[in-house]
Amino acid sequence: MAINQCELRPMGKPIHRKEDPRFIRGQGRYVDDIVLPNMLYMSIVRSPYAHAKIKSIHTEAAYQVPGVKLILTGEDLEKLNLAWIPTMAGDVQMVLATKKVLYQYQEVAAVIAETRGAAADAAQLVEVEYEALPVVVDPFRALQPDAPVLRDDREKQSNHIWHWEAGDREKTEEIFQAAPVVVSQNVRFQRVHPSPLEPCGCIADYNKATGKLTWYVTSQAPHAHRTVLAMVSGLPEHKIHVISPDVGGGFGNKVPVYPGYVCAIVASLQLGQPVKWIETRTENIASTGFARDYHMTAEIAADESGKVLALRVKTVADHGAFDAAADPTKFPAGLFSIVTGSYDFQQAFVEVDGVYTNKAPGGVAYRCSFRVTEAAYLIERTMDVLARRLNMDPAELRLRNFIKKEQFPYQSPTGWTYDSGDYEKTFKLALEKIGYHELRKEQAEKRARGELMGIGISTFTEVVGAGPSHSFDIMGIKMFDSAEIRVHPTGKVIARLGVRHQGQGHETTFAQIIGEELGLSADDVLVEEGDTDTAPYGLGTYASRSTPTAGGAAALCARRIREKAKKIAAHLLEVGEADVSWNGEAFEVKGLPSRKVTMSEVALAAYTNLPEGMEPGLEATYYYDPPNLTFPHGAYIAVVDIDKGTGAVKVRRFLAVDDCGNVINPMIVEGQVHGGLTEGFAIAFMQDIPYDEDGNCLAPNWMDYLVPTSLDSPHWETDRTVTPSPHHPIGAKGVGESPNVGSPAAFVNAVVDALAPYGVEHIDMPIFPWKVWEILRQNGVTE
Amino acid sequence: MQIRVTVNGRVHESDVEPRTLLVYYLREHLRLTGAHVGCDTTTCGACTVLLNGKAVKSCTVLAVQANGQEIVTIEGLERDGELHPLQKAFWEEHALQCGYCTPGMIMTACELLARNPFPTEEEVRKGISGNVCRCTGYVNIVKAIQSAGRQLAGQTADPENRSEVVSSGN
Repeated sequence: MAINQCELRPMGKPIHRKEDPRFIRGQGRYVDDIVLPNMLYMSIVRSPYAHAKIKSIHTEAAYQVPGVKLILTGEDLEKLNLAWIPTMAGDVQMVLATKKVLYQYQEVAAVIAETRGAAADAAQLVEVEYEALPVVVDPFRALQPDAPVLRDDREKQSNHIWHWEAGDREKTEEIFQAAPVVVSQNVRFQRVHPSPLEPCGCIADYNKATGKLTWYVTSQAPHAHRTVLAMVSGLPEHKIHVISPDVGGGFGNKVPVYPGYVCAIVASLQLGQPVKWIETRTENIASTGFARDYHMTAEIAADESGKVLALRVKTVADHGAFDAAADPTKFPAGLFSIVTGSYDFQQAFVEVDGVYTNKAPGGVAYRCSFRVTEAAYLIERTMDVLARRLNMDPAELRLRNFIKKEQFPYQSPTGWTYDSGDYEKTFKLALEKIGYHELRKEQAEKRARGELMGIGISTFTEVVGAGPSHSFDIMGIKMFDSAEIRVHPTGKVIARLGVRHQGQGHETTFAQIIGEELGLSADDVLVEEGDTDTAPYGLGTYASRSTPTAGGAAALCARRIREKAKKIAAHLLEVGEADVSWNGEAFEVKGLPSRKVTMSEVALAAYTNLPEGMEPGLEATYYYDPPNLTFPHGAYIAVVDIDKGTGAVKVRRFLAVDDCGNVINPMIVEGQVHGGLTEGFAIAFMQDIPYDEDGNCLAPNWMDYLVPTSLDSPHWETDRTVTPSPHHPIGAKGVGESPNVGSPAAFVNAVVDALAPYGVEHIDMPIFPWKVWEILRQNGVTE
Repeated sequence: MQIRVTVNGRVHESDVEPRTLLVYYLREHLRLTGAHVGCDTTTCGACTVLLNGKAVKSCTVLAVQANGQEIVTIEGLERDGELHPLQKAFWEEHALQCGYCTPGMIMTACELLARNPFPTEEEVRKGISGNVCRCTGYVNIVKAIQSAGRQLAGQTADPENRSEVVSSGN
């Protein structure tokens, strides 16, 4: 069919995705689609208690089920020194429970059988005797001196995990003491879950003869997973082959290493057969990487004109039973220090305390960079609180406080250097495009009639591209990324990258970058990722890091090839290298543009007709350690109407204006924005994982944990400004998480704005209709 | 139990455990892996196939219930190397990202367009509300389904003239 990827100069064009033909035919290859000869299935026995001693485990009855091959318990893993494994955050985590369980749905035993059904049947027959222990679900309660200590395996006899801070406490304090205006707001960012459509799973296939483990896994970071496996299992790293095939969404949920993975690998090592484990939706929600769960207090010091002076933030972070958060080791609360947002604060001080509770572990940065969603939500909520206190339009307050474009590169009070931005331009475009002033007039008229309409603004600065090795590492491994490009004799290219996409369209966008740099069409470039035996080492795809890191690696790798190609071109054109220039599509003789050779001609020559003494071939590898992060920004505006009878909020309009620097494929960028907005909408209005006081997870499936459907989800309007990153090889910044980071505040600000006549200053998410209805009832608006 | 099922025009005779769900029969017995399992609670629709022309979530149908019936899966939509208009439209309108929901979404849309070739945005959103997508935000999916509807009905038909079109009615 006619699609436009054959053109040269593919950068910036809305090329249809190269990966789609397999998905629209049902020919995607996800982990559960793979069947290996003699494959066994694994099912996990999980704890019904949130906190309990394990008195005994009996597996005899389960072993009687026909087809059962092996049942693993914590005791079995202890013998292999695998009952506990290190987490990516420097803690340790139980693989299968030993002595006691610490959260509901914790892994207690693993049953391996010849069929999926037999494994599930036998898992039900594993008898575990528990003795209940006192449960702590509230992190503030967990911090009290008389609270039961949950993690008695640690030296520290409290539930406090770590304290982290950024900024200058004293200078911030000084400004607060002198400031004419101070506002303060408590804000909860509830526990949510990334919930990719495909749950997590793997097939471990250990070949006893070769000693090689092939591991198919739903992984956002296959190389990092290989290294972790080598570290914990003792298997040599070159004999671990990780394959991350098509991945049905990740959003951060597929970054950590989960107990089920380890059990499947141990079982395959013991049995010498492939073992498949595919989790259920309940297992996914109730036991794998949740997100957020931050209890935050923000204070802003300002002058009477609305100029912000200082920001102070205190946060309690509920990390559940193990600190399995996927964070760089230097930042336990990660990029929460971006909490000053798009505003020019003189000083800021941020502190976060991590706490253990009897909840599932594994806080992940769900579609965001290590806590930047929490930060963006907090500052945008609190700016609105300040606007309300000053009786000022929230748009005006923001305009008075933006970091100005001439201030870039901007040094933030918590230590980051923002690369570039033009916040005012982006914001003014958003105001104009949505018709902000007309909407305010309409709102005033509606209010006069007693109708409830709200306009919510969120302007944000994202910080993406976790990579610069001076700041970032995972378990000590520095967070560069990589590309390897091979140009074949006929001018066709295979490129392999260290990242691993889960729907972001890398096969197309990286082909565009490489095609652009090499003067080829995107069609000539095949991009492969996710196979550790072939791809160069990389840290994976999350935190919108692929374009800023691997995108940079791809461009620079292609330029390295072009350097050699130029020498070959000079040889073919029979001139000196200094007389050759690259015109974007071919090498030409300076001053004689009709004398030129294309990359395809050079490619053939690289294997057939080289300058004397030159090494044959045309390929390169590049490991790119970015000099800085990139800082995309955006301005989002939501317009909502509230039904006075039911409290239901209807999002009438939502406009997202994003600036992610130079755009590789505008169609893909827009798709990412649509998806992120929908997830942000869900967080604002639908999603929460509550626990009762006994530690029961109350939303362990998609009937209780709500995912937005086409009926719930609003129509999205988008636009864009372009402020290239000055330090990125192609001026790109990354976009995938921006809409999820920026949108929750816009929704909540809109609802609070609608309810402002009743003195409402804040509503915690998710804004279920009953919460709004209750406010309306208290104010006599409804009965 | 012995069952006899027509899948994508081919007759299959199989011996299945009575508890086998249709989705696992298709995926594991017939190796048609286009239908995916996403939620286990009939919420997400990633496993949607056509059973006698009606879109069903194959995680909620037992394989034995399909005995003697006719099933079409995503693998059965392409004819003689030519993609179905829905498949083309999903590609052209960028209506997918990770691709996991896509087969189920397309199968639901198949039934929707068979009933109503020119659905409004509202009707499409209602029609696919049993299929969850976590990547696209639905805007482009709606566009793709409307575009495919126009292609299926032929360019000459008038989308404005809705009086001759049977409304989806749900």
